Amino acid sequence: MARKILLEHANIPGIKTYEVYRQNGGYRSVEKAIKSMTPDEVVEEVKTSGLRGRGGAGFPTGMKWSFIDKKSGKPRHLVCNADESEPGTFKDRFLMEYIPHLLIEGMITSSYALGCNLSYIYIRGEYMWVYRILENAIKEAYAAGWLGKNILGSGYDLDLHVHCGAGAYICGEETALIESLEGKRGNPRIKPPFPAVSGLWANPTVVNNVESIAAVPWIVNNTGEEYAKIGIGRSTGTKLISASGHIKNPGVYEIELGLSVDEFMNSDEYLGGMMDDRPLKALVPGGSSVPILPAHLIYKNAEGGDRLMSYESLSEGGFQSGSMLGSGGFIVYNDTTCIVRNTWNFSRFYHHESCGQCSPCREGTGWMEKVLHRIETGHGREEDIELLWDIQRKIEGNTICPLGDAAAWPVAAAIRHFREEFEYHVRFPEKVKNRDHFVAEPFDKVRHLVAKQEI
Amino acid sequence: MKVTIDGQEINVEPGTTILQAARMIGGESVPPAMCYYSKLKGSGGKCRCCLVEVSKGSEADPRPMPKLMASCVTGVMDGMEVKSISSERVLDARKSVTEFLLINHPLDCPICDQAGECDLQNLSFKHGSAKTRYIEDRRRFEPENIGDKIQLHMNRCILCYRCVMTADQLTDNRVHGVVNRGDHSQISTCISKAIDNEFSGNMIDVCPVGALTDKTFRFKQRVWFNKPFNAHRNCDKCCGKTTLWMFGNEIQRVTARKDEYHEVEEFICNECRFDHKDVNDWVIEGPRKFEKDSVINQNNYTRNIEPVKIDTEKNILLGRDQDRKKISMPAVPLKEGEVKVFKEGNV
Repeated sequence: MARKILLEHANIPGIKTYEVYRQNGGYRSVEKAIKSMTPDEVVEEVKTSGLRGRGGAGFPTGMKWSFIDKKSGKPRHLVCNADESEPGTFKDRFLMEYIPHLLIEGMITSSYALGCNLSYIYIRGEYMWVYRILENAIKEAYAAGWLGKNILGSGYDLDLHVHCGAGAYICGEETALIESLEGKRGNPRIKPPFPAVSGLWANPTVVNNVESIAAVPWIVNNTGEEYAKIGIGRSTGTKLISASGHIKNPGVYEIELGLSVDEFMNSDEYLGGMMDDRPLKALVPGGSSVPILPAHLIYKNAEGGDRLMSYESLSEGGFQSGSMLGSGGFIVYNDTTCIVRNTWNFSRFYHHESCGQCSPCREGTGWMEKVLHRIETGHGREEDIELLWDIQRKIEGNTICPLGDAAAWPVAAAIRHFREEFEYHVRFPEKVKNRDHFVAEPFDKVRHLVAKQEI
Repeated sequence: MKVTIDGQEINVEPGTTILQAARMIGGESVPPAMCYYSKLKGSGGKCRCCLVEVSKGSEADPRPMPKLMASCVTGVMDGMEVKSISSERVLDARKSVTEFLLINHPLDCPICDQAGECDLQNLSFKHGSAKTRYIEDRRRFEPENIGDKIQLHMNRCILCYRCVMTADQLTDNRVHGVVNRGDHSQISTCISKAIDNEFSGNMIDVCPVGALTDKTFRFKQRVWFNKPFNAHRNCDKCCGKTTLWMFGNEIQRVTARKDEYHEVEEFICNECRFDHKDVNDWVIEGPRKFEKDSVINQNNYTRNIEPVKIDTEKNILLGRDQDRKKISMPAVPLKEGEVKVFKEGNV
C-alpha cells in the first residue's frame, strides 16, 4: 500500500466534523508551529520539504513563501486557490469535501508562517456544497479557538473567510483570482508586480493551491526532511491524481511521486487497467491544458526510459514527446476516442473561458474552436490543419496569462501526435458526418485510408 | 540606465518602459500600441501589438527573455538590449495580432468616421496581410444608444479598455464597462444608460478605432478634407486647448490636441468639445502639424494662415452644400425645400 499523507484519515467516519478530526490528531501542526516554532522556521521546513505547487505550475512553495515582502510593513494575506476548474481535475474538491479541517489547519499554519492575519479561501462558484462544508468547518474552528484573536494564547490573530467565485475558469489564475476577490472583473493582472509584492489590495499576498496548503500540516508535524524522502528527485511528497476516462477505477488517488505510469494505470490498487480491456489510445496526464500523449509515449519516453508520475519524467522530451504533470487531472482514452472531437471539446472550453482581455487569446481561441468544429463536423478543408497549427503557434506565449498557452497546447499536441486523424476528417467528410465515427470503427481500422505524413 | 533598441543606444531614467524608451529614440523602432495610453494609469499590456524581443535582459543578467515581452509594461534594465523592428519573431507576432484584431473588426473604413485617424488602419497598413484566412461568421452586435453625444459601434471595438479607463479616471459615476467575456466581450452601459458626464467626450479621443465616435460630427466630413487648427478658449472646466477641424469657416469638430502617437496632450471638457462650434468662441493659434505619412496631412497648411472665410453670396454656397450631401450621403433624402431649389436650379 502506498503511503498516504493527505488522505490518511479520509475513510474515518465523521472526519468532516471537528471532534473526529481533532481526535485523530488534527490541528497538531498549529499547536506545534505556534508554540514551538518561529514563522521563519515553518517556512524553512516547507522549503526543506521540496513541496511544489500542486495547482499545475509546480513552483516550489517554500520559495514562493520566501518572496513575500515582509519589509513593506503592509498587512500580508494568504489566499487559498480552490477555484478548481480545469476539465479532468477534481482532486481539491475531494479534499475539501471529505477533510475540510485539513485545509483549515493548513491555512492556519501557513498563515502563521507568512505572518498573515487575514486569509481567504477562494472557491469556485460551482462548488456551492463544498463552500457550505468549509463555512461550517471554519465556524467550528472559530468555536474551538483555532481562529480569531489570540490563538492558543500566543498573541497571534487570524481571520479566515471563504469567498465564493462566480464560476469563471480564469479566476484560478492567481492575479485574476485576486481581482475577483477584490470585487472586480476577473481579469489577470500584468506581472510584475507579482502578488508577493503587490497582491490583494496591493498588499503582499501568497496564493497557494488547496493541495499544497493541505500538505503543510504533515510537513510541520513530521519535518520537511521526512517529506522530502518521499518521491523522486525534485518531485517530492505525494500527489493527488484525479483519474477519469476509459479506466476501470476512476477516482481520486494519492500517489507517491515517482510511481511508474504503468503501475498507476494497470495495478488494481489504482486504476485497474483499461475499461472493457480495450486498447489504450492516448492520455492527458495533467488536466485538459497539458499536451496529450499518444499510446507509445505513455509508459516509455522517446528515449525508451520508464515514464514515471513525476514533474520531470512526464515532461521529458519537451512538448515534442512529453507532457506535464500539471494539476494531476489524469484523463485516459481508449481506441474509440476521436481525438479531433476531444480537441474541439477542450477548445470549446477555452474559448468559452477566455477573459477577452488580450487579443491573441480573445480572438484566437474562438477561431480555433470554429475551425475544429468545422473539421469535426465534416466541413474541414485540407489547409485547415496548417491553419490550426499556425493559430495555436501565434497564441502560445503571446498572451497576458497562461490561458492562451492552455488553449494552444492541446491543439498543438493533437496535431503533432494525431495528424492522421485530422487528415482523415478532412478527406472523408461523409464518414465523419456520422457522429459515431471511431466508435464503430476505431481509427486503426481506417488508418490505411490516410497516407502518413510528417509535420 | 542604458538601453539599446534595434542597435540604437539611449540613456533613460529608472522606471522607464521599453516603449517609452523607444519613443524617445523615435522612428521605425517604436512599437505600435493599440491599448497603451500614456495619459491613462494602468493602461497597456492587453492588445499585444507592442511585443518586442529582449535579446539581453540586463548587464547583471544577460540572459535573453524566452517570451516576447509587451514593451508598454516592461521596464528597462541597465544594459538591456531589445529588438523591435529588427526581429523576425516580433514582426511575425505583430502580423499575428493584426490578423487576430481584424477577425472581428469590419473593414468598413470607407464609411467609418475614424478613417484617416485609425490606429488599426495604420497597423494593418504596416503589418497586415491583404488576404484574410478567416472564413467563419464574424461577431456582430445590436446597435446600442449610449446618449446624444457619443456613437457606440460595438462591431468595430477591439477591447482596448482605454475608454473604460478614461471613464474610471476622469469621470464620476462610470456607467459603462466591459460585459461578458472572451470574444463575446463588449463595451456596454449598465443597464441601457446614457453616458452623460462632463468629461465623457474624451472616450472618443482615446478610442483607437471607430467604435466610439462623435455624434455631432458623424458623417459630416472625411477628416482629411478638414483643416485642423490649434485653438483655445477660456474654460473653467478644462485647459480649453483644442484642435478645431474646419471646413471653410465652419467648425465641424472639436477634439483635444494629440501628439504624434495619437495621444491627447490634455483632456478637454464636453462643453469645449460639443457646444462651441462658432469661430467666435475660439482664439485660433494656427494650423496643426501632423506626422508626414498621415492621411490627415492632406489639406494641411502649416504656414500661418487665417481660417478660410468664403465671402460670397449665400446662394452660391448652397450648391456646394448640395454636392457635399449628395456625395457623402446619397441615401439621405433631400429636404422638401432643397429638392425644389435643386430641381429649379434656382441658386
